[in-house]
Amino acid sequence: MDRYLKAIPPRAWYVAAGLLLVVYPFLTNDYWIDVANFFGIYAMLGLSLNIIVGYAGLFNLGHAAFYAVGAYTTAIINTTFHVPILWLVPLSALTAAGFAYLIARPILHLRGDYLCIVTIGFGEIVRITLVNNPLGLTGGPNGVLGIGRPSLFGLIIKQPLHFYFLIWAFVLLIVLGTKRLEESRIGRAWNYIREDALAAAAMGIDVARMKLLAFVIGAALAGVAGNIYASKMAVISPDSFTFWESVVMFSIVVLGGVGSIPGILVGTFGMFVLPELFRGFSSARMLVFGAAMIAMMIFRPQGLLPSQRWRRAMVDETVGLPAAGLSKTS
Amino acid sequence: MNLLEVHELTKNFGGLAAVKDLTFQIASGEIVGMIGPNGAGKTTAFNLITGIYPPDRGGVRLEERPLVGLKPHQIAVLGIARTFQTIRLFQNMTVMENVMSGQHCRTHQGVLGALLRTPKQRREEETICEEAERCLRLADLWLVRDELAKNLSYGAQRKLEIARALATKPKLLMLDEPAGGLNEKESAELMDLIKQIRQSGVTILLIEHDMSVVMNVSDRIVVLDNGEKIAEGTPREVQTNQRVIEAYLGREEDDF
Repeated sequence: MDRYLKAIPPRAWYVAAGLLLVVYPFLTNDYWIDVANFFGIYAMLGLSLNIIVGYAGLFNLGHAAFYAVGAYTTAIINTTFHVPILWLVPLSALTAAGFAYLIARPILHLRGDYLCIVTIGFGEIVRITLVNNPLGLTGGPNGVLGIGRPSLFGLIIKQPLHFYFLIWAFVLLIVLGTKRLEESRIGRAWNYIREDALAAAAMGIDVARMKLLAFVIGAALAGVAGNIYASKMAVISPDSFTFWESVVMFSIVVLGGVGSIPGILVGTFGMFVLPELFRGFSSARMLVFGAAMIAMMIFRPQGLLPSQRWRRAMVDETVGLPAAGLSKTS
Repeated sequence: MNLLEVHELTKNFGGLAAVKDLTFQIASGEIVGMIGPNGAGKTTAFNLITGIYPPDRGGVRLEERPLVGLKPHQIAVLGIARTFQTIRLFQNMTVMENVMSGQHCRTHQGVLGALLRTPKQRREEETICEEAERCLRLADLWLVRDELAKNLSYGAQRKLEIARALATKPKLLMLDEPAGGLNEKESAELMDLIKQIRQSGVTILLIEHDMSVVMNVSDRIVVLDNGEKIAEGTPREVQTNQRVIEAYLGREEDDF
């Protein structure tokens, strides 16, 4: 099947995807538009985590913390000072980035699973802090209520359709931005570090600084997603930022294809839209999720739509295996 | 003028003195070989000079500038590039991308430049590619630039490591066993490459076990044994040095 997919020029894909994106909300009802809205928010989260996990190779299982910081920044400042939501986008990005800077700095020398465990810890610390209502800011387990709606050129964005265009505009911006980063010296440096940190350092790359940069940028984008989520829901509570959320984001990156932007979108679809399609079987959801995870790791460990680099790496590896000789018989 | 000065460099691992009071100098434009039996401390000396390990004692200066205490990437920026004994390429990246890594520390565009694709950023990307092309052509790897590094032959991987190190525009290039695992033809190509690199004005320090290579290319040789320098001189002097012969072949026992 891969062969037929490759025969289609990439531009045709972009045009088709763009058309579908514009036409889609007019073909369905509000419910399905909202599904697409959450798809968009999780796509943003997946893309932001992809910078940390996919490009720089840093295992982060506490990404919901940055998402929470962004959402609460927007919620608290909007409800107390009535600052317009969209003005708070950069501020949410900044607070999430600042928070990432503070927590990532001391732990970046950790490798692989050690880093992973520490990030799980940070994620939980943030969630529990939110529950404990420090200084009466976060509203405890009930969260923050009555968050305002974003408005753009006098239009108050309230209906799912309006949110749809706002959210997907952000998704497209983030896709474009991460694509450009990927193809720059910064993106390459992240890849070098993921491949071999010592060799990267010997080539003059400041490994600690670049890792920190990946964390900060990834967190900033998660903060943006948090801002939009807060205004979309109008109510946020610590329940929205549990460890499970971090797991979902991590799964999006791993299932979709580490380091691949189209892969992230496919992964988000798999993690978020498919369960929605099969809502009728929701009691079996975890069972299917577990089985799907195992199947993926066995049959397609590189993800559904891996980056060009990983695809080539995987293909080349199988060529080297003795089993490749089997293909002669077919 | 001396490019590199190593002074009483010492490193202990537990009770073992891996490198002990190592002192030597490298003049600009020289090719210096470093030899010694296995476990003599050659690679440790490399790791101390390039900042991978901190020394217990002693100093390293590059053009009068002390290097001890600097991180590996800072030392690379100051002009020391190296290769590794066990090849450490970016295996799943292309040959071209591997060599482009060397230009990272010579370029400055940040996140904003990349996001906005400013003209300055695009020009910088072009110079990165041009420099990478220059290094790849020098190492005769230009034709395989789109291959993944891990698919290259062993000899080509060794050359790619050298090309990658060259892309940082080093003053001193440190090669850790560049001929290790190469066949005769590849070794001969390597010697040509090393001489070509020297002609472009880069000073070279190399560890090598292949005596034909090291004696052929080196102006001067430093011999280590048990972490200490036991001899230094021209290839001819070193070959006839009694202590060197003992280190390699063992001492002759008196017959009773």
